[in-house]
Amino acid sequence: MASVAIGDVYKSFGTVEILHGVSVDIKDGEFVTLVGPSGCGKSTLLRMIAGLEKISRGQIAIGERVVNNVAPKERDVAMVFQNYALYPHMTVAENMAFSLMLKGVSKAESDAGVQRAAEILGLVPLLSRYPRQLSGGQRQRVAMGRAIVRDPAVFLFDEPLSNLDAKLRVQMRAEIKELHQRLKTTTVYVTHDQIEAMTMADKIVVMHDGIVEQIGPPLELYDRPNNLFVASFIGSPAMNLLRGEIATDGSPSFRGSGGISVPLASAFSIGNGEPVVLGIRPEHLRLSDHQGIPVTVAVVEPTGSEVQLIGRTASGEEIVANFRERHSFTPGETIRLTADPGLIHLFHGETGQRFETRTEQ
Amino acid sequence: MAVPSAAVQPRPSILSRSLSSLAESRNALGFGFMLPAAALLLVFLTYPLGLGVWLGFTDARIGRPGIFIGLENYEYLWSDAVFWLSVFNTLLYTISASILKFALGLWLALILNQNLPFKSFFRAIVLLPWVVPTVLSAIAFWWIYDAQFSILSWALQQMGLIDHRINFLGDPTNARASVIAANVWRGIPFVAITLLAGLQTIPQSLYEAATLDGASRWQLFRYVTLPLLTPIIAITMTFSVLFTFTDFQLIYVLTRGGPVNATHLMATLSFQRGISGGQLGEGAAIAVAMIPFLLAAILFSYFGLQRRKWQQGGGD
Ligand SMILES: Nc1ncnc2c1ncn2[C@@H]1O[C@H](COP(=O)(O)OP(=O)(O)OP(=O)(O)O)[C@@H](O)[C@H]1O
Ligand SMILES: [Mg+2]
Repeated sequence: MASVAIGDVYKSFGTVEILHGVSVDIKDGEFVTLVGPSGCGKSTLLRMIAGLEKISRGQIAIGERVVNNVAPKERDVAMVFQNYALYPHMTVAENMAFSLMLKGVSKAESDAGVQRAAEILGLVPLLSRYPRQLSGGQRQRVAMGRAIVRDPAVFLFDEPLSNLDAKLRVQMRAEIKELHQRLKTTTVYVTHDQIEAMTMADKIVVMHDGIVEQIGPPLELYDRPNNLFVASFIGSPAMNLLRGEIATDGSPSFRGSGGISVPLASAFSIGNGEPVVLGIRPEHLRLSDHQGIPVTVAVVEPTGSEVQLIGRTASGEEIVANFRERHSFTPGETIRLTADPGLIHLFHGETGQRFETRTEQ
Repeated sequence: MAVPSAAVQPRPSILSRSLSSLAESRNALGFGFMLPAAALLLVFLTYPLGLGVWLGFTDARIGRPGIFIGLENYEYLWSDAVFWLSVFNTLLYTISASILKFALGLWLALILNQNLPFKSFFRAIVLLPWVVPTVLSAIAFWWIYDAQFSILSWALQQMGLIDHRINFLGDPTNARASVIAANVWRGIPFVAITLLAGLQTIPQSLYEAATLDGASRWQLFRYVTLPLLTPIIAITMTFSVLFTFTDFQLIYVLTRGGPVNATHLMATLSFQRGISGGQLGEGAAIAVAMIPFLLAAILFSYFGLQRRKWQQGGGD
């Protein structure tokens, strides 16, 4: 087991710079997910930790050791690939025993190791099969088995669940999390699925275009996104975002297009007329009688546990609201929505940076 | 079934039912679709082959149909030292050339599979010996091996490695080595390019996984490349062996079987006796004698190498 320290790492392919100075500190035993849209450099960063890509600038340390120039096999990391990369000509048992065989571990010891991993993952009945004879979920498990058998300092996962169907994905998600709680091995897990990131991680690293947008525990990212990108990326359905400006004449409020006015907590200290983006999570919107944002109901989706409403403001901006109560709406009617000022997020209109309330600072 | 009579009413339904059941049976349908191809094969493959086998049992000569003489041709060949020499030559030629082609071809394929600069240029170059017509390259080799003007001898002499010109095609041992070298030169591209295609089907992530598992370069080759390449090696080398075993043009241009029959292969001997010598029956018998060897090679490759357990079963 080991910590991983990624210090101001750059990566270029030829003249194209892909990572522009990424720093992440991963504590021993932590489960960290790298999440971000496709092409933002998650896999590249993971492969740099594994040693499959050279580090252009900056340094990566595993445990106490800087590994920039350490060969992949000396790094003591195990990786689960998106396509599993199982050796097709070896049985499940041979796949799992391969690294032990290369290390020169005795047959008895290696068999015991494989058996132990197979029991953890429920692979015992499949040990003598070839990868071709397995289902997607079983292959995924064998790939994890191959990693577990080695008892490495760090597990690396590159979108291991993206080839599975939705139901299996949820099940494997739980299994991986349980496995981590049991083995307590430092884990770096790449995904582009923010739900996967939220549910599994101790700590999430949100990446975007080769930089880190925010690092923090899942709920912190959810409750206090640093900027517009994180705000819109984390959470499903996504946070409602309305463009407008600040009005400080009288009590501070947000003034959006189409005459929308939302009262703000006085704790925000922003100058009059500043352009801002207002963010409200769908579940923080409440129905109100007279005041609040007027919204025309477009679609109503009751799921049983809640009612999801999609509507439009007068100027055509989309608003999504979730209600635990079973309100009934008719499409086309106009309702009014308000939110507790304490649950409102404000971002700078140009830089997208979050405005903190004074109490948060 | 145009007759609308009550008596014959049931018949069309029986017929159409049996027709439709025939259409539904995969085997019958498959057989039906296979017939045209089978007929073509019969006419263009089986007929000449059959004729050859038949000729082997006759004393046909050019211009004279010949009569059935049973195994007489084979009895004659059995006690013919030149025939046995040609069998030995063919085996020596095939085995040594195939081993060399495999080793050098695999080596070349591995090199070409690396990320070299000018990769596609080199890949095109490698194909050259293969695309040049055999007769043309054989003539080129004929010059290279010429007793007087050999460029090889000249170059070695200039470098001070030898004092006399090498008698490439005049001495039995040299001649054998020379024709094998020419065949290897010609055959390497086929092996190299086919194996290269095979190498490129091996996913990069397998190498990465094995690297992380702790494999050295040699172990990557031994445990990932080689086993995954075996099926393609088997097919490639089967073809290579068949081509080499039946080689004719190269020998015919370079040595015509000489000196003192040291490079006579079964194919060249068959041609010499059957066409040049006019003994069609005997020539055919020599050619037929090649068949068991070829069958053995195919069966060995099919059962021994091509079918791997891990390739069978389940989905994608
Ligand atoms: N070998 C390479 N040569 C050149 N560019 C590359 C190479 N590998 C990746 N890239 C580029 O680097 C960027 C980041 O790629 P990377 O695979 O890390 O993305 P990702 O975040 O893992 O995306 P995804 O979610 O789609 O897997 C992409 O723009 C990609 O085109
Ligand atoms: Mg990726």
